[in-house]
Amino acid sequence: MSQLIGLYSYWIVIVLMMAGLYIMIARYNLVKKIIGLSLFQTSIFYLYITMSKIEGGTAPILVEDADYVYSNPLPHVLILTAIVVGVATSAVALALIVRIYESYGTIEEDELKAIEAAEPDA
Amino acid sequence: MIDQFPALQIMVTLVAAPICVMIRNPRWSWVCAMVANTFAFLVSLVLLDKVLDDGVIRYAVGGWAAPSGIEYYIDAMNAAVLVLVSGISAVVLLYAYRSVAKSVPAEKHYLFYTAWMMCVTGLLGIVITGDAFNVFVFLEISSLSMYTLISFGQDRRALTASFRYLVLGSVGASFILIGIGFLYAATGTLNMSDLAVRIPESESQRAVLVAFSFLTMGVLIKSAVFPLHAWLPNAYTHAPVAVTAFLAGTATKVSLYVLLRFFFSVFGKDYSFGQHLLNGVLLPAAVAGFVLMSLVAIFQNDLRRMLAYSSVAQVGYIVAGFSLATQSGLTAGIVHVVNHGMVKACLFMAVGCILYRVGHVHTPSLDNLLKRMPFTCVAFIISGLGLIGVPLTVGFVSKFTLIQASLEKGWWAIAALVLLSSLMAIVYVGRVIEIMVFRRSRETGPESSGMSEAPLSMLIPLYVLVGVSLYFGINGSATLEVAGQAATYLLGGLQ
Repeated sequence: MSQLIGLYSYWIVIVLMMAGLYIMIARYNLVKKIIGLSLFQTSIFYLYITMSKIEGGTAPILVEDADYVYSNPLPHVLILTAIVVGVATSAVALALIVRIYESYGTIEEDELKAIEAAEPDA
Repeated sequence: MIDQFPALQIMVTLVAAPICVMIRNPRWSWVCAMVANTFAFLVSLVLLDKVLDDGVIRYAVGGWAAPSGIEYYIDAMNAAVLVLVSGISAVVLLYAYRSVAKSVPAEKHYLFYTAWMMCVTGLLGIVITGDAFNVFVFLEISSLSMYTLISFGQDRRALTASFRYLVLGSVGASFILIGIGFLYAATGTLNMSDLAVRIPESESQRAVLVAFSFLTMGVLIKSAVFPLHAWLPNAYTHAPVAVTAFLAGTATKVSLYVLLRFFFSVFGKDYSFGQHLLNGVLLPAAVAGFVLMSLVAIFQNDLRRMLAYSSVAQVGYIVAGFSLATQSGLTAGIVHVVNHGMVKACLFMAVGCILYRVGHVHTPSLDNLLKRMPFTCVAFIISGLGLIGVPLTVGFVSKFTLIQASLEKGWWAIAALVLLSSLMAIVYVGRVIEIMVFRRSRETGPESSGMSEAPLSMLIPLYVLVGVSLYFGINGSATLEVAGQAATYLLGGLQ
């Protein structure tokens, strides 16, 4: 039981991740798919930040005190990079959605498939 | 100067990208990209030469020493892949100038070349780096620019193909990110050689196993291994054909390199293929891939789509070679990475020439093309034979090694299936050749009788690559030697 509660951060990660994946699979609207993708990526950021935290740890600042306890800064730095990547991915995806809407007049996956199936190959 | 070559390898193309944006002129931004790419190619040749002579090169980026800083790590394996990526990119970029001029509006050209430069940077970065997180960063650089490049396609279906690739590709990259996170949690390091040492000692083997599964899934999505290839056929069919030639020759090959690096160098052969389910999953997927996808390719009427399915099949051969996990199996896989990269780039370039003159690549309507475009057709036929694996072509070298490797392990069924799938390749390539060469033109108008060959600036790069692949087909020992050395490194672990 204590494991269930003590690891609550990881449970949040799992719930967010599965919610994101589910949205990507179950929703036909392209914008909603991207929302799912962002949620999925956010859960990974959360995972990294969670594992860098230790009990009683504070900001990693160089001090003389030998007992100074601090959180591992490396995952934070990595996630800063990953956040930038996530924003760039969303930007490219939304730009594509705008162009898809301009040329097809819809952003519903099932309608897009129907339109594409009617177009000849080659 | 030569000490800084590992950094120059990626910096030159990275810097060329913003310069292309500033130039804005279609011709000069192409020149800028071309110069940068040629330089990257020369650098990779020097690095390969140096690695083969003196062994592994390690380069600390920014002067920060290895375990804490990012390290570039070059051995025979990635030096060869660097040459492949920068070389194919240089040749296809030369070819792209005319091809793109026809299919992309002129005011967007500079953006096209910018995305191309970013993509090359990302691919080279994935290959050269020795830091696990750095792999993810470069992977996203290359992927985002790849989505952009694909969306430049003329057909509006390029947009949806690019979007679907974006969704699947991002999921794959996120899986890789999760895997790296777990690895860091279990070992406390991101440096690959350091990881290789610390993984067996780690107290949390379960986290390592989770990391292994996520990394494997992520990379398999990225390299389009059957049955995770759903993004590939549409993306290859609707992207501008120069982009397809570039991607088919490099992108999936680089992902396969990542697969090798993690399986053999980081986790080690015994971990990856010794105690885990991978044996039961990877080889069947690869074999099903090359048999089923060759079968599907037979029924495609769009030449590009046929070649796209054939690409998935060829990835199957490569992964089959890897999953034998022996010296000769790995050698076969690595040789096929290089050989198939060249052959597929040639084929797509030939398709681009046809598209340039004929305007479509609907296979049944390409009758009697040999009369109209003899040079393109000859290049297509030579490369097509290479795809089948006829003796004296590169395809023969790699398939022969693969069959030898599987017989060595006593798995004759694999060898038989490789032969079966090669027979299917004869059917789907042969059908195109038959239509091109022997079928009489139905309409005998005055225009169809004259010769209308593609421009020289497209034919010359095509023939350069065809020539190189012919050379390596006849002199198979050249590539086999490098691949053998790479396989030895991989099986021996990082030094």
